[in-house]
Parts: sequence; C-alpha cells; structure tokens
Amino acid sequence: MAARQINNPLHVLSHYAALILLALITLAPIWIMVATGFKDDVIVQQKEPIWFFFVPTLDNYEHIMTRGKFDRYLWNSVIVGTVATFLTLFLGGLCAYALARTEFRGRVLVANSTLLVRMVPPAVLAVPAFAMVLNFSLDNDLAVLIFFYTALNLPFAIWLLFGFYKQIPVELEEAAIVDGATPLQVFFRVLLPLMKSGYAVAGIFTFRIAWNEFILALLLTGRTTRTLPVGAAGFITDTGVEWGRIMAMGTLIVIPPLLFTFFAARQIISGMTAGAVKG
Amino acid sequence: MLGPYFFILPAVAVMLAGLVYPVIQAFYLSFYDWKIGTDFDDAPYVGLRHFIRMIGDEDVGESIWVTLKFGFWTISIEMLLGVSLALLLEKPIRGASVFRTIFILPLMVSPVVVGLIWRYLFDARIGWINYYLGQIGIEPQVWLGDADLAFFAIVFTDIWQWTPFIFIIVIAGLQALPSEVLEASKIDGANWWQHILFVKLPMIRSILLIALLMRLIDVFRALEVMYILTGGGPGRATELLSLHIYNRAFDTQQLGYASAISVLLIVIVFILSYGILKMGNPLKEKADI
Repeated sequence: MAARQINNPLHVLSHYAALILLALITLAPIWIMVATGFKDDVIVQQKEPIWFFFVPTLDNYEHIMTRGKFDRYLWNSVIVGTVATFLTLFLGGLCAYALARTEFRGRVLVANSTLLVRMVPPAVLAVPAFAMVLNFSLDNDLAVLIFFYTALNLPFAIWLLFGFYKQIPVELEEAAIVDGATPLQVFFRVLLPLMKSGYAVAGIFTFRIAWNEFILALLLTGRTTRTLPVGAAGFITDTGVEWGRIMAMGTLIVIPPLLFTFFAARQIISGMTAGAVKG
Repeated sequence: MLGPYFFILPAVAVMLAGLVYPVIQAFYLSFYDWKIGTDFDDAPYVGLRHFIRMIGDEDVGESIWVTLKFGFWTISIEMLLGVSLALLLEKPIRGASVFRTIFILPLMVSPVVVGLIWRYLFDARIGWINYYLGQIGIEPQVWLGDADLAFFAIVFTDIWQWTPFIFIIVIAGLQALPSEVLEASKIDGANWWQHILFVKLPMIRSILLIALLMRLIDVFRALEVMYILTGGGPGRATELLSLHIYNRAFDTQQLGYASAISVLLIVIVFILSYGILKMGNPLKEKADI
C-alpha cells in the first residue's frame, strides 16, 4: 500500500481537493434532509434555501412522535429487522458452513441456484406474496414480512459467510477434534469467534435491507403492522407535502444505517466489493 | 452421511418457499385473468393470451424502452465518472477511509428516503435545484411534471446514489493489482494514457464487467426510488419495468397480466445473473475437506 504513496505536494493538494468536492456532493442531500427536519414550516416554505444558519426547532419531531403512529412503526421495524437478521444469520451460517466444509451430492446445484435466486426482483415477488397473504389470511402479521426478508437475504448472506468460512484453516478444527471437542464445541468455541466479523457484515447487510425495504412492506402490512418506510411514504399522501415532518421522519429512518456505516465502513466495503473483486 | 443436509436444508427450504415458489406461482398466475378483489377460484383460465397481448402492448414496450434508456444513461455515466475518478484518485493517501465512509452513505440510505430527499430538491415551488438554477438565470422548471425533465431527475438521482459504488469497487480492484506488472509497464516506457488503456483497464476487465452486470440487474429490479419520486409519471416517462409490473398489479388491478409481465422480467434478470455466474461462482470452488 505505502509503496505507491504520492509525494509531490501539489498532487497531494489537488487529490484532496477533488475528494473533498466529491464528498460534499455526496453529503449535501443528506445534510439538507437533516437540516430541513429541524426547520419550522415558515423557513421550509421560503424560496431561498438555508444551509446552516436558522433557529432549529423540534416541532417536526414532536409532531411525528406524538400524533402519528411513529412508536408503532418503529417497533414493527425493529422487530422485523432484528428477527429477520437473526434468522438469516442462523440459517445462512449453517448452510454456508456445510458448503465450505463438506462435499455432498447436489452441492454445486445448491451453490449455483443460490446465486441465481439472489437476483429475484421484488416486483416479481409482489403479486405471489400478495396472493399468499390473501390465501392464508395473513395480512396484518409481521411474520410474513420477516419470512420474506429472511428468504431475500439468505442468498447473499450464505455467499458472504461462505467466503469467510473458506478463509479459516481446516487444521484449527482438526486440532480441536483431536483434543476431544464435540462438533458443537468446535462450532461454538473455535469457529464462531473467528467468524465474528463475517457475521457482522452479513448482519449489517441483512438488517439494512429489512430496515429499508419498502415495496413488500407496503403490500403486506396493514394498519398496525406498517414499518417506518411505509409510514414515511404515507406522509406524502396523508398530510399533503409537509417537508419538515417528512425530512424528520427520513432522518430517523437513516440513523441506524448511518451508525453502521460509521462503525463498520471497512467491513461494509469489503462486503460490497467481494462480489466484484473476487469474481 | 446425511450431516451436510441437516445444515443446508433449513436455509434451502426458506429460499424455496420464499423465492422459488413465488416465481413458480407467478408463472401459474400468468395463465389466469385475476383481478384484485375477486376470488381467484372465479378467475378464468386464459392460456397464453396474456403473453400474446404483451407482445403488442405499447405500454409494456414503452416501459422496457424507458428501462433500457435509463440503464444506458445511468450506467454509462456512472461507469465513466466512477472509473475516471478511481484512476485519478487511486493512490493511497492519508484519510482515505474517511472519504470511503462518506462515499458509501448514499447506498445505506433507504430508497424511500432517497426518493423523498430528491423529491424535495426537485420540487417546482420550493425545491433547491430551481432556486440555484434561478441564480444563474435559468427559469424554474416543473421537474417532476415534464416527461423529459422527470426522466432526467431519476437519472440524476441514480447517478448521485450509485457512482460512489463503482468508484469504490474500481479503486479496490486497482489497488489489488500486482505492482510488478505496473512497474514493468512503466519501465517499458508506456505513457500515462497507454498505461491506463493497455495495462490497467484490461487488468480490471472482469471487475468492470461484473459491476456493469450488477448495475444492469439493479436497473431491472429498481422501483422504490421512482415510486416515491415520480410514481412512474408523468404518463409512463419514468416507469421502469419493475414499477410497471407493480402499477399494473395494484393500480390497474390486473394481477394475472402483471404476472405475465413479471415472467418476462424474471427471464431477463436470470439471463443477466447467469452471465455473472459464468464469470465465476465463488461458492462452487471445491470444499476444503
């Protein structure tokens, strides 16, 4: 890495200038959302944009938290996100482990089809999922959403975890077995600690999808089971276009993914690039 | 020797029930004329009629055209920008990780929120874009109410969101190149352009191709940002194929016909996915034991 470091100060300067400009372009819309969430309606409605200097207010946040069903949506999103993530990691981890460590009939078939179904478009799932819900009268049941999010995330999670399992030398497990460890002990005592960052990446990606997903949530949830994105989208039609409140809601939705990004950027990037760079 | 099956079976069962079964169901539903609010048992069997209708359906044709147009503009601009920036800014510098953290932010933001932010920015009355264009003497535009401008708006939003992704992937690929080869080309006297065109780009060819295929698949899967930003309108100007299927199913309420179009979508996406698969399935490598 350090071998190709640049030295010419003028180059370094223009390099940074370019990166800072790009970073500002990337951040500007997100900052505008956060700022607008703290503006009162008079400032929002005026034509001249204000980036920084205005008197911040919590009115928008107070409104969405007390008048809407925000607490309900938040609770639903948290439940759906965490349960779907846990299920995906558990089932996907088992499957990835078997794919990485054993030979069995149908292994290639499972591996190939896992990558194929990874790309199933949500729009294709929409009608059949809607039909399923009608059939078994499952509307207003968070379990349906959890089920579909687990299914949607499993292929990518398996693929990612497979890569992490492959990096662990088999000798470690063999040594533990020689020492008299049971298969379960090998898994929990030897492998799991080494797989921490793998599960963290898979968990972040799964949670992000489950937390952010909109179209299936819109179709498959009812009054009491709506998630945050569905609630936010509803602001446009429910109350006219109240940008302050909408942006406050947007800011709240963005908080968990932003926290993940700040604390695990390196891992997220490794997950994103894995597909392209390894291939 | 049933061991491995106990490990893979639960995950495979969930994927079969949650992904494969719905796809089969979509095929099945495409043979029936089922409308929302009616009992499926009363839906008449129509055979291949939906598919025949689809071939001559101008709305479907237009939506495929919009999708291809959208894919062409977004992907070529994102690739051009992302790859050039990566080539210019490839050298490791202090603080690179801070910039990379910032660049992945747009990908972490919920598509609904992306749609909401840009709908605000493109707003005709209080949108920031109109204000700043006004500052340089350009008349305010009704961005989301005009076919061409709305199309420009969804392309612009997509470029904001996805260029950093290409940038990061290509940088990772460039930095993983073996330095001996790069040194050799420099010693051979290749100038900057030759170095990039004949050495670097060919070496990251497979990364570029996979990034291209991934983005193309995304274009066919995408609907959430447009659903919020324009709803597909005005007319069908921004109605990508996925959104078209959704609107057909739940707006005009033709579940059977929408399923037939989604069969077409599945075929397109599977062909593209097969391309990625052909380029190397990492899961297929031999197991260690």
